[in-house]
Amino acid sequence: MSLYRALLVYGCLACTANLSMAENIADYAVQQCGSCHALQPPGTHSPGIIERKQRLAPPLYYAGNKFREAWLVEWLQKPERIRPAGEFPASHVTSKTGEDVIDAASLPVHPAVDAGTATALAAYLMTRKASDELVANSPYQDGTIALRMGQMNFGKFKGCDGCHQDAPGYGGVSGPVLYNAWQRLTPAFIASFIKDPVAWDPHTLMPHTEMNDDAVNKLALYLKAIGGEQP
Amino acid sequence: MKAITWVMACLALQASLAVAGGNEEHGKLLYEVYCTQCHGIHGNGKGINAASMAVAPRDHTDSAEMSARTDEDLFKAIQHGGKAVNKSVLMPAWGDNLSDSDIHDLVTYLRALCCQY
Repeated sequence: MSLYRALLVYGCLACTANLSMAENIADYAVQQCGSCHALQPPGTHSPGIIERKQRLAPPLYYAGNKFREAWLVEWLQKPERIRPAGEFPASHVTSKTGEDVIDAASLPVHPAVDAGTATALAAYLMTRKASDELVANSPYQDGTIALRMGQMNFGKFKGCDGCHQDAPGYGGVSGPVLYNAWQRLTPAFIASFIKDPVAWDPHTLMPHTEMNDDAVNKLALYLKAIGGEQP
Repeated sequence: MKAITWVMACLALQASLAVAGGNEEHGKLLYEVYCTQCHGIHGNGKGINAASMAVAPRDHTDSAEMSARTDEDLFKAIQHGGKAVNKSVLMPAWGDNLSDSDIHDLVTYLRALCCQY
């Protein structure tokens, strides 16, 4: 066998193996993740807002637009709760004394996977993209913001702390914690989602903020300021 | 004078019919999805976010307080947020998440919550 033919055969086998691995991880994701996470965009026969009440976990059909791959790899091996009250807060609340509290025992625990599976799953999730045009039109502009001003903007002026925590234990609990958002989300997604959350998820519990691009960017830069080192 | 009274009565009747015409069940579902985090699963203003808020969420079961708000006030507060009715920014604008019809249903449910149950 000539060297050329040998390389050709090796290349084909490698392609088949890669394809097989990709198919396997896609099947794995459908089987292991698909019972809680939506991996495909909602069709034209959406059940309406009842879908939000029944939703068990965040949709992942735009994970490739949303997450940083390196963060996914780490998180899938050692998952930590991002939403203190779960995906649908009203399903995880008790009110025995008239004041609502989170029923921690009702919150599901996300399974962990080994490093190899996490890497393959993260790579697969990066292929789940639904809204490239939203990312392309994101108002994000890199820069810096004074921490104190960002904090006042996040809390007092915009009221984000009603639902989100910008430091552990500080802020509302119905939304995802945001003190590590910069580690897990891409800057373009952060700004795009703040600008128009409904465009990403018609049943999101994030309200449209009616802010201009500069105001949106200031919030994104605040998350950068509190989020630690990331490119 | 009689004519003005008649017109006002008609307007009031129209407003009450408009609220009565909303879908209370759908409003209840929307309330559970969008409102209970702050206003509480019983609508008493004691949702899971309330403890961390500088301004307490409205108690929607307070008949006296809710009766002082017109349906238009409630609609506007839901659609454009608390700031639009000189209240807290902690009440966000839901006008892009909810259609006018949805908000109408929510107002209908709020009226039932405050004053019927």
